[in-house]
Amino acid sequence: MDNYQSLANFWPELIMVGTAIAAILMDLHYRRAQSYKVGYWVLAGLLLAQVAIFVQPREPLTLFLDSIAFDPFSRFFKTVIVLATFFILMVSPYSKELKHYRTGEYYVLIAVMVFGMFLMVSALDLIMVYLSIEVVSITSFVLAGYLRKERRSNESALKYVIYGAFSSGLMLFGLSILFGLTGTTKLFEIRSALGQLDGSANYALILSAILILAGFGYKISIVPFHFWTPDVYEGAPTTITAYLSVAPKAAGFAILIRFFHTVFTNGGALSAANWIGDTGLPWPQLLAVLSVVTMTLGNVVALQQTSVKRMLAYSSIAHAGYMLMALPLLSGEGLYAVMLYLVMYLFMNLGAFIVVIAVKNKTGEESFEAFRGLGWEMPLLGMVMTIFMFSLTGLPPTAGFIGKFYLFAAVIKAGPQFYWLAIIGVLNSVVSLYYYLRVMKMMFLVGEHKNILTTPTTMVTVVLICLAIPALVFGIFWSPVADWVNQSLMFFTQGM
Amino acid sequence: METHILSWLVWLPIVGMVAIAFIPRDKNEVIKIVAAVTTGLQLWLAVMLWLRFDATTGGMQFVEQAKWIPTFNIAYKLGVDGLSLPMVFLTPLLSFLAIFVSWNINKAVKGYFALFLLLDTGMIGVFLSMDFFLFYVFWEVMLLPMYFLIGMWGGPQREYAAIKFFLFTLVGSVLMLIAILALYFTCGQTFDIQLLVQTAPEALNGVLWWGISAIKVIWVLLFIGFAIKVPIFPLHTWLPLAHVEAPTAISVILAGILLKMGLYGLLRINYGMLPEAVWWFVGAIAVLGLINVIWGALCALAQRDLKKMVAYSSINHMGYALLGMAAVVAAGSIHGTNMGAAQAGLSGAIFQMFNHGTIAAMLFILVGVIYDRAHHRDINGFGGLAKQMPVYAGVVAVAFFAGLGLPGLSGFISEFMCFVGAFPVFRLIVIISTLGILLNAAYFLRAYQRIFFGKLNEKYSDLPDINGRELFAVVPLAVITLILGVYPRPFLDLIKETVTVIINHITLYGGSFVPLP
Repeated sequence: MDNYQSLANFWPELIMVGTAIAAILMDLHYRRAQSYKVGYWVLAGLLLAQVAIFVQPREPLTLFLDSIAFDPFSRFFKTVIVLATFFILMVSPYSKELKHYRTGEYYVLIAVMVFGMFLMVSALDLIMVYLSIEVVSITSFVLAGYLRKERRSNESALKYVIYGAFSSGLMLFGLSILFGLTGTTKLFEIRSALGQLDGSANYALILSAILILAGFGYKISIVPFHFWTPDVYEGAPTTITAYLSVAPKAAGFAILIRFFHTVFTNGGALSAANWIGDTGLPWPQLLAVLSVVTMTLGNVVALQQTSVKRMLAYSSIAHAGYMLMALPLLSGEGLYAVMLYLVMYLFMNLGAFIVVIAVKNKTGEESFEAFRGLGWEMPLLGMVMTIFMFSLTGLPPTAGFIGKFYLFAAVIKAGPQFYWLAIIGVLNSVVSLYYYLRVMKMMFLVGEHKNILTTPTTMVTVVLICLAIPALVFGIFWSPVADWVNQSLMFFTQGM
Repeated sequence: METHILSWLVWLPIVGMVAIAFIPRDKNEVIKIVAAVTTGLQLWLAVMLWLRFDATTGGMQFVEQAKWIPTFNIAYKLGVDGLSLPMVFLTPLLSFLAIFVSWNINKAVKGYFALFLLLDTGMIGVFLSMDFFLFYVFWEVMLLPMYFLIGMWGGPQREYAAIKFFLFTLVGSVLMLIAILALYFTCGQTFDIQLLVQTAPEALNGVLWWGISAIKVIWVLLFIGFAIKVPIFPLHTWLPLAHVEAPTAISVILAGILLKMGLYGLLRINYGMLPEAVWWFVGAIAVLGLINVIWGALCALAQRDLKKMVAYSSINHMGYALLGMAAVVAAGSIHGTNMGAAQAGLSGAIFQMFNHGTIAAMLFILVGVIYDRAHHRDINGFGGLAKQMPVYAGVVAVAFFAGLGLPGLSGFISEFMCFVGAFPVFRLIVIISTLGILLNAAYFLRAYQRIFFGKLNEKYSDLPDINGRELFAVVPLAVITLILGVYPRPFLDLIKETVTVIINHITLYGGSFVPLP
């Protein structure tokens, strides 16, 4: 489809751009104390974009001369991103951390970031891959350092920039090798060109794939590209931490899946045997090892944390590891499981971070100590946190269990050669239980019966309940999510 | 049959839990009454089920089935047979009595009873599920309330005990999850337990994973999961801690029902789906049973804490049941198709599960009674209480004698049946494990003598005797123990057909069995 026609299918992105511009203008209008109202404009734009996503035609297309995909797969991820953004926008005005700052730009940046992620999940061109990742990265650098009066936040932004620049440099290098090998930037053309290469370029191809993996791995924070994660997550405003742990991660998985799927597999049937060329590298095993290292490191280090926020940062690394577990085979079931898991993960992880926000609003801290006896004083907060923690552990009847169940099912289905991966995966979730239970222990097992009960701010409470209900209900009845994922994947696994 | 009695049994406690959620949290009495009424109704349903149960067939009865998640072939399927019926009766019974045992809980009453009812649903759900996925969900659902019940209302070391219990059990259950999925994908993509019992032996026949028979791999994964729950040596270390730290009512539930889940799982899942592996592993079961018997008894003998002693005696009692389970191979042609022995052993094991449920519950309730009054449980710290608390001394005597397997009480019969069944096959093991009976008598009688005889400890000269509420909780159990001790036929008739079905199923796949001494 040419550029002009494409615009007709580009509404969500156009709306987000318009929203960002409108938000900048509105920000001029508001005083400092009123600047949080910009968020409502962004929220309105976001909902409009979601409506646009919803009413768009369903059949898969490519836009802008094959550089943007327009398919159910990208629509799925766009919806996930919109959902995460929605909850963050609802909560942000009530976070005390941000009270001392003018927050106009904060919302503008979120709008830009959403735009970037929309592109990320649908990029079909090397240039677009790079640009979209950069749009998301640069906005997140700024957002991570938003609490500019706090050293921690500054440090986190700086670390983020350095690691970000380095890994996008690596990725760019990988992309340029790919371009050099094939002479095109379009993913489909690259695949057919790669198919005709003789073995002489194998090493270049391996190098390129590894460098690109480093770039994507940085976005979804898999070990060993994770070093920025704990510090950035700890220093950034908690709203942004929550956001970074869900939305860009989902987008990162989308681009990783699409890229590797489109470029490095032979199309058609999806199995380990179809990895392109005879590169001599056991790709599935390599990814499996990365997954094991990621989840184990995330879990083991999370055990030792004293700050709940930092613990959740490491736990999000571990969760990236679980999701990566289903990818090595690039099978339909694997992709299905990852996407399902992302939906479940969205609710439970956002929920856990928003509880941290509520606690920080109340106590000014985010350490385990700050949670002491809170379950007695704020029973509602305690109950929803219980749901989120057990869901993150993956215990039935919560959404997290269903997510993990599908992940493990995908791995087991691949056959006995991957059972070890599943066993390491389940044992890891036992390890994770220990640190999630530490939160429970602090909230309930210590502390005394209180006569005066409190709840967080109304809006925070509402958001928490909105997140806790799916985290519980999807653990019992998840057919709607499963069907949605299934439809989103249908064209993807057939068409490529 | 068009009834939903099983669904009611499972979901009634949840209804009660929701009701409790709406009661203001300072209305403690109302909350307790709602909990008692809920479990009382559940008990009534269980009695109804017992009466309507058809003992002439060994198949599933009262089956309820509905689609749940069709894309993954997950169904909501409940059913009951002779194997699960005793436990389905025991669960509401102990839950109901445990409500009265926990009547003097006064910390966060609402939370306690809500969690207790959730636990109740989880427990009975495990025994009634006929879908493996559902089974796993219920199996795990129990962990959450159990963690909080031990961790919030337990003794001084409650936090450590709670997390240890949780971590141990979770290790077992995640391995079980892997096994469930492996069975699902190798045996025709179904979670239906009855169907898997039919198809799994054929589907797994000859399948090798990394050169090892798939049957053995799955068996071991499942066995670890269930063995932790039983608990079988050396996976038992969570038990003494959890039992001792838990509040009395929760100890009752732990010993009375949770331990049986391990044995139930072994019989239902391992014996049902992997009959061939039974022949391979049965020697190990017998040996582990022997270790449980001796180890549990020796540890109990070494305790000064009464509750810990009772906890270790549970490990000992589970050992007898394991011996009985191992006896099933007596029906194989290698052992002269001794159906009688197999029947005796397996029935004995199931009977032992039930009897231990009643006896251990009694013991824990009675330990709780003295602890509530004296605030310690040191066996040597009492003395001469028989004069001070005559009624209590009498009830404890019944419970202790039941615990040590005195003829005339139900524990004797089931233990005897386990021995008789296992004897033709595992002669030496049975002979050694009869030592356990002796040791049992030693520690129970010693404890009884130190607590009740001798000079009255002056500190306790104003200790009140057991009260009506506590008697109400103990007497039904004592009556059951007495009746079944004299006349066990009704119980054995009830489970007979199902036991025959299990034995036939296992002999059908009689593999190569290497006899042990």
